[in-house]
Amino acid sequence: MHKFFIRSFVSSLVLLFTFTVAAIAKDVKAAFVYIGPTGDHGWTYQHDVGRKAVEAAGFKTTYVEGVPESADAERVLRQLANSGHDVIFTTSFGYMNPTNKVAKEFPNVKFEHATGYKREHPNVSTYAARFYEGRTILGTIAGTMTKSNVIGYVASFPIPEVIRGINSFTLAAQKVNPNIKTKIVWAFTWYDPGKEAEAAKALIDQGADVIAQHTDSTAIVQIAEKAGVYAFGQASDMDKFAPKAVLTSVENNWGPYYVDRVKAVANGTWSQKDTWHGIGDGMVVISDLDSQMPADLRSKVKKLQADLASGKVHSFTGPIYDQKGNLMVAEGKTADDGMLAGMMTYVKGVEGDIPK
Amino acid sequence: MIKIVKRDQPSRAIFFFTPVLAIFLTLVAGGLIFFILGFKPFEALKFFFIVPIADKYGFSELLLKATPLCLIAIGLSFCFKSNNWNIGAEGQLTFGAIVSGGVALLFYEQEGFYILPTVILAGAIGGMLYASIPAILKTYFNTNEILVSLMLVYVSKLILDYLVVGPWSNPEGFNFPETRQFSDSAKLPLLFEGLRIHAGIFLALAAVVISWFVFYKTYLGFQMKVSGFSLKTARYAGYKGKKMIILVFLISGACAGLAGVGEITGPIGQLHREISPDYGFTAIIVAFLGRLHPVGIIFASLVVAITYLGAETAQIFMQIPKYTGQVFQGMILFFLLASDYLLFFKIKFIGSKK
Repeated sequence: MHKFFIRSFVSSLVLLFTFTVAAIAKDVKAAFVYIGPTGDHGWTYQHDVGRKAVEAAGFKTTYVEGVPESADAERVLRQLANSGHDVIFTTSFGYMNPTNKVAKEFPNVKFEHATGYKREHPNVSTYAARFYEGRTILGTIAGTMTKSNVIGYVASFPIPEVIRGINSFTLAAQKVNPNIKTKIVWAFTWYDPGKEAEAAKALIDQGADVIAQHTDSTAIVQIAEKAGVYAFGQASDMDKFAPKAVLTSVENNWGPYYVDRVKAVANGTWSQKDTWHGIGDGMVVISDLDSQMPADLRSKVKKLQADLASGKVHSFTGPIYDQKGNLMVAEGKTADDGMLAGMMTYVKGVEGDIPK
Repeated sequence: MIKIVKRDQPSRAIFFFTPVLAIFLTLVAGGLIFFILGFKPFEALKFFFIVPIADKYGFSELLLKATPLCLIAIGLSFCFKSNNWNIGAEGQLTFGAIVSGGVALLFYEQEGFYILPTVILAGAIGGMLYASIPAILKTYFNTNEILVSLMLVYVSKLILDYLVVGPWSNPEGFNFPETRQFSDSAKLPLLFEGLRIHAGIFLALAAVVISWFVFYKTYLGFQMKVSGFSLKTARYAGYKGKKMIILVFLISGACAGLAGVGEITGPIGQLHREISPDYGFTAIIVAFLGRLHPVGIIFASLVVAITYLGAETAQIFMQIPKYTGQVFQGMILFFLLASDYLLFFKIKFIGSKK
């Protein structure tokens, strides 16, 4: 009898505890600030897919789309912090200073800033994805599929993130085809279908028969479809926009990270972090491989994907030379994260200069 | 039976009544849109127009938002009153911000009472320089100022892009497209602790007072008015048209440049690619909604400013798409232009008589 009471007492305590934890967990509210519309099928779209994953995990979410990086960002952030949100994801580089500014005023709210480098207060974390790993896969495919040996690349801004992508893409393409050249057109925009389309046309006119992109709209793959050349989807699976042109896409998969971080807030285990996840952690995902690719290429890509995930292969393995022939990474070595974060020189095989 | 009759003279009462009518019609149409989208119209309108300014912080944000709109619209009213169609205030804002930002960067980590006035003056001069291009081309080469001023907007944005990506980018900033943060000595002082409203609002208020004085108390104001009604009359009266064209463009450019200064030395504190969410274009709506009258422009800038804030609040609390803010701005202009019909025509209800 005595034992029975203790047992039921303990089990009801456990039960109560579980319910309370669950109730607390469900109370956590997450907010997302987007640079573009949720329907852009690129950068913002994928962040919103991540937000939906947080909703599916049982948390309440709020989002504000089309927030310019002007003086308005700060007001939106403050309003979100003021209206009962426990964690706020700011999903564009330009929100870096407003995020840190507002974080100072709201020490109890957690802030997560994508692609930035400033963590001025203990409640600010940063996160980014190793998209260059995905570009190693694209480079391998491009180097194999090109017939003209000219590969076009529409780039956004000359920042390390983009230069790194160009380099890892070119290195991988050279590995399978030493004769290729990568031609770059700088669009100086992340999202402008008109400008991106012009850039893609210019590259096709210069003989490129595979087009890669580091901008977010679907304009480039659609131009490629019309011109009968190959292309790769950016940020989301763009196959449905250009079924013949798109060989595969590199998808930004933020969901697992978002769910993880919101749960950490709910459990009280959240702490400041600088996250840089790649294929291995599932933040970078390669879409289905198109059947136009030969079977041996497809199996090669699958293996490369697995090796990048396990760390057996690194995108930047020496010997790597810059355009002038200077050694950047020695044979047998790999580039460390510090070098990757500050990468501002092209590797050999990339045509042109980085705009200054 | 309804009959439409042309008025002998545009009605003055209607002239000031139509903006109010336009706002009212916008609210009705907005409520209808919310209803069609499946939101409760009154609740949505409350989140749009009342909640954002219900507290002290919200009210200061309203003034912060209205300041550049008011300043630019005052400048534009000089042009529009005298039949000069300056559509490029956004470019003048951007170029003013570039010049003043450049000066602010020159004084990086320096102290001195003279720094801020220099930075402000540089912005006004930048705006004037940029506005003088369409003005000179119009007066001496007969070009169309609408096209020239509009095209120059894109040029100014490209210049800004070039500077923040290249020579002026923050040396410690990993090449991201932004400059250093300005030192405090180059920033407009905040008026209240914890609020973002800054001393730039006094520039806007000064512009309002000066413009009122010029419009209604000076010979120049009279000349502008006459040129606005009829260029031929102005020429016949012997007014020096070219001088006036250049002058109104310079005033307009200075105001837009100062609005740019207010943004970069106020809430932003640095130069980057997006210093203005198209204030220069929205201010055109403000100028017309305010009937090109200084006091009217104050009210109009507050009304339009709230559409920006309301759109954010409505999305946060009701998940209404934020782009409804732009729909509201568009509707205000649309209804204003439509109700201007009443200025020149009146509707008569005539009972059928035998």
